[in-house]
Order: sequence, then structure tokens, then C-alpha cells
Amino acid sequence: MVKKVIENFSVEYLQVMDENGKVDEELMPKLSDKQIKELYELMILMRTFDDKAFSLQRQGRIGTYIQFKGQEASQCGTAYTLEDKDWMFPMYRSSGALIVRKHPIHQLFQYGGGDVRGIKSSENVNNFPISIAVGTQTPHAVGCAWASKLKKEKTVSLAYTGDGGTSRGDFHDALNFAGVNKVPCIIVVENNQYAISVPRKKQTASETLAQKAIAYGVKGIQVDGNDIFAVYKATKEAVDNARAGKGPTLIENVTYRIADHSTSDDAKKYRSDKEVQEWVKKDPISRLEKYMHSKKLLDDKYKQEVAKTAKEKVEKEVKVYEGLKDPDPKDMFLYTFEEPTEALKEQLKDFE
Amino acid sequence: MTKMNVVDAVKSALRTELKKDRRVLVMGEDVGKNGGVFRCTDGLYDEFGPDRLVDTPLSEPGIISTAIGLAANGMRPVAEVQFSGFMYGPFDQIITHAAKIRSRSSGRFSCPLVVRTPYGGGIRALELHCDSVETFFAHIPGIKVVIPSHPYDAKGLLISAIRDPDPVIFLEPMRVYRAIKEEVPDKEYTVPIGKAKVKQEGSDLTVISYGAMLKYTKDALEKSDYSAEIIDLRTISPLDTETIINSVSKTGRCVIVNEAPKTCGFAAEIIASINDKCFFSLEAPIERITGYDAAFPFAKLEDYYLPSEKKILKAVDKVMSQ
Repeated sequence: MVKKVIENFSVEYLQVMDENGKVDEELMPKLSDKQIKELYELMILMRTFDDKAFSLQRQGRIGTYIQFKGQEASQCGTAYTLEDKDWMFPMYRSSGALIVRKHPIHQLFQYGGGDVRGIKSSENVNNFPISIAVGTQTPHAVGCAWASKLKKEKTVSLAYTGDGGTSRGDFHDALNFAGVNKVPCIIVVENNQYAISVPRKKQTASETLAQKAIAYGVKGIQVDGNDIFAVYKATKEAVDNARAGKGPTLIENVTYRIADHSTSDDAKKYRSDKEVQEWVKKDPISRLEKYMHSKKLLDDKYKQEVAKTAKEKVEKEVKVYEGLKDPDPKDMFLYTFEEPTEALKEQLKDFE
Repeated sequence: MTKMNVVDAVKSALRTELKKDRRVLVMGEDVGKNGGVFRCTDGLYDEFGPDRLVDTPLSEPGIISTAIGLAANGMRPVAEVQFSGFMYGPFDQIITHAAKIRSRSSGRFSCPLVVRTPYGGGIRALELHCDSVETFFAHIPGIKVVIPSHPYDAKGLLISAIRDPDPVIFLEPMRVYRAIKEEVPDKEYTVPIGKAKVKQEGSDLTVISYGAMLKYTKDALEKSDYSAEIIDLRTISPLDTETIINSVSKTGRCVIVNEAPKTCGFAAEIIASINDKCFFSLEAPIERITGYDAAFPFAKLEDYYLPSEKKILKAVDKVMSQ
């Protein structure tokens, strides 16, 4: 008879830049000044878009909108590591990541306005339709990555889900199939502390979400999700590993949803203003600004220019959106199948 | 030509497509080394290897959801769900995603996926293995539902399903897997999806069935003095209403046989179609012989549940007497 410890596991946490914008130079990923500025400009564009979408909803110019405010680093730092030919499987809160992935902003408004054509991916980039059913998209990324592996293509697949999504069976399937088939896939959990009103601690008794990877034989890492450099570094490493045939990674970005769950939600019902303010202090954008200021990459003039450019771009996209024609009612019959069935043809005729 | 049963024909279709198209892979529980619990993939693992005959982890939702990703990225996965009773797990993935990828992406992405599963009762299987699930899937826009009744169609329809650009649920008639043997071409051929077949011409009444029930319906009708026109639907979605209407317009009488529960069973949809298109041709109310609105019973009671020869003949006599 024997009783002994047969395995010990550990969970890595990565933070490169602290809340005051001070970085650990040894951990700092290789990024040129130009790239750092690009990340900053993208994050400003994301927030400008997010604020605008919120105000358009309040004015009745789009329908329900899902804000991602506070999660700019988590989305930008991950999506930025992908190449166009790679595959992204966004969720409903991934509008920011879609902007990084060149999804036209007016299309995001179009989707918000109730027109499904807004989530049609451009031909030159593989952005899957936003998944509304929580967590169900994660195994698609695994299957997609599996196809890349079988075709011997060097593309990777990345899916986003939230802390709530980790409770789904689909999340288990995704990690299990990813581990067994060693596919080039990255699953990003944006742990923003709440699934609508249910706090992270009620989703799972696990100390971290990253450690869930261990049980599947998959690499897992917890990252300061409000630290753009840490998010970029962890994802870049995961993407490089996947591309090199070294298998999947689960990344937990610890972040916070500053806004309500959606424009139909009131977060004051279930969390305190004090708690929100604590997280506002950790804001990913102001943190990066502090760093860039210290490195003389940012001054007031540049900051104003970036804000102005983002505002102009978003306003221009609003105009494009508001100039779009509504879908033809007959469009609902399109794309059910590649070729419409006789029944569909008949129903279309009745409709007309 | 080789004498094949349905299992052989399914295997022959899979082999044909695995040989012809590098994108095709077969995935599921025990489909690899073991050759499938019904032997439908027997020997294919040795011929095509572990990348194309994939033994997956034991999770039907995992099989289907990852197959969706494979299909979206250019593969042609043929996923097996070991028994139809296990189709409920992946139901969400099939409805929410497989069926809607084309429409939600405005045609940018598609999901050429085949889900094969043996379905229906009558083989003394374990409990909860044998549900007749066809109507659930026929109700989902964006999904095709194909149900062969004999070896020749099983091969030709499965090849069509694999080549189809949209998701297909392929329900294999488990009860007649080995009960029917016939000459089947060794070479490739297709049977079109969405086309019913008049299996036997007749003038007194139209009898419509599909899947395993087709054989038992046909056997029963041999004992009837009436001249029955027998239609094998072969695909229930999209439904070939034209063939049904042509026949019922001619005979004026109709009996439908399916083994699923009565309420909202597929027979109800056929009756509605006849009502829409040729109600005034009817000489008598349509009869449907179905299972009961009770849970599919465990082995000792299943023969009492399934449409029997006696019930079919009684229905025929009833529509002919009016």
C-alpha cells in the first residue's frame, strides 16, 4: 500500500506593467514604439466606439448594445497577435476585438441596429459570426484549429468567452477536444468578474479559471487583463506555440466590466459603486498612458490628436451606418441553404 | 455489384468519399479501431488511418460542436452519434449553430456537416437508445433530414449528404441494418436528397412511410387485397410534396406509417401538406399509424409500441371502407 503525491501543479500569473504604468523590463514583450502607439490608438478607437454605441442606444438609434468598457486591453492585446488568415470566434462582448480585426465599425452599428449583415466577415479576414449563446463558440474554434492542423496550414483559431462561459459544458468539450487533438487554438476567458449579476465566485469554486486548463493537459495562464503588455505577451506566446504545433492554451484575462452587462441592465442592483471605482483606478488605457508618458511616447498634443482622429472616424462610421438601407424583408429567406428548397420558394412567393 | 446490407452500404459510401475527397473525415465514439458498434466503419481505420477515422472523447456535444468548426474551415466531417437517443446533447449546437452559420454570416461561412445516427426501435437495445428523433430536426430551418430505408438508397443518399453544402442529419434505419440485402453498385453513385420514391405503383390507396417502417409496411401490404401505391419519402426535409400530391390525387386515399409518437409526428406534417394541396381529391379521411405518446418502452414492450402489421392492415381497411 502506498499513499503519495504523484503530481504537483502550479498556476502562472503574468503582469508586466503595474497600475502606475511601471513595467518590469525583463518581462516586457518585444514591441516597437510604433506598435505601442498602434495599440494605444486602437484602444482609444475601441473606447470611443463603445461610448458612441452606448449613446446611440440611449437615443434609440441602435437596439440593445453590449459594452466592453474596461476590457480594451484584454481584447486589443489578444486580437492584435492574430494574422488576417487566422480565425477569430467572438462573443457578444467582443466588438472591441472585432475592431482590431478590421471589422468595419459601421457594420458593428448595423448589427446593433438589428441587421444581421453587420456581422458578415470581410472576405480577407476570418471573423466568425458573434456567438450569442454563451460559451458555445469555444469548441468551434477547436474544430476549426483541428482543420488547420489536418490541412497543414499555419493558421490558428482564437475564441473569446467570459467567466460565465466557463460553466458551460461546451467549454469543457472545447478544452478536452483541444487537449486530446493538440490543436492550434487559444481560448481567451475574459474574466470580468460578473455573468450579468452573478459574481465570479458563484460560477466556480476554482481559485482561478486558468487552472481549469491543467485538468485537460492544456497550458493555462492567468494574466492581468488590464495590462496591455501582459495580455499581448501571453497571447503572442500562445499563438506562436500554436503555430509551431505545440498545442492549445487557455488564457484567463482578469479584468472588470466597468459598464452594465448590456444597455438593458442596471448593475447598481448587484454591485457597489465603491467596487467599480476601485477598478476604474486600474483602467487599462490610463495605465498605458502613464507608461507612454514616462517613455516620452505620449504628450498632450498626441493624446488630443489620437482622441480627435478616433472621434472623427467613429462619427464618419455612424454616418455610413445611418445611410445604409434596411434589409429587404425577402432577405430572411436567403442563406437558409445554398439553394432554396421548393418549400422556401413557395413561401417566398406567398410572402410577395 | 455486391450483395450488401444497410451497414455494408453505409461503409461503402464512407469508403467512396474518403477515397475521393481528402476533406472527408469520419469522427465519433468507437468508429476507429473498433469499427463502430454496428460495424459501419469496420476496416476503414486500417485503410485510412487515425486522422480520418477519429475516435473522439465520449461527448456527443463535443463531437458535433468540433465537427461544426471543422466544417466551417473547409473539412467535410461525417460525425457519428452512436444511438439516436444521444442526439439531445448536441441539439443546441445543431440548432443554434450548424443550422444558422450560413444565414448568420450572410453566406460568408457554411457548415457542410453530416451527422449519422442509427435511429428507431425494434432491436432490443438498452433503454433510452432508440428514439425516433426525425421531427425535431425537420422543424429546424437550415437542416436537411435524410432517412434511407434500404441498402441502395443508404449508399447513394449518404454520398449525396457528404457532398451537400449544408448540414444533413442522416438517420440510419437501425432495425433493418441487416434485415435487407440487395445488389448495390461498388462504384460511386448518388441518390438525390429531397426526392421521394414510388416503391410500388398502385391505384386504390397511397401508403407513405420511410426508414425501417418502410419494409414492415411493404410486408404488411403484401397481405392486403388492395392495390397500394407505396411511397418511400427518403428525405423528410426538404419534403418532396409533389410525389405525395401526385399519388394522393390519383388514389384519393392515404395511410401514413411512422414509428415516432403520434402528436406532432411527421405524419401530421404530411397530412397538412395533403390538406393544403389536394384536399378535394380525398375520398376518405387520412389514417396515420404511429407510435404512442408514451416514452419509447424498454425491450419487453417495444413490439407493442411499434406500428404492427395488424394495425397497418386495419388502417388500410378503414380508409378503403369509406
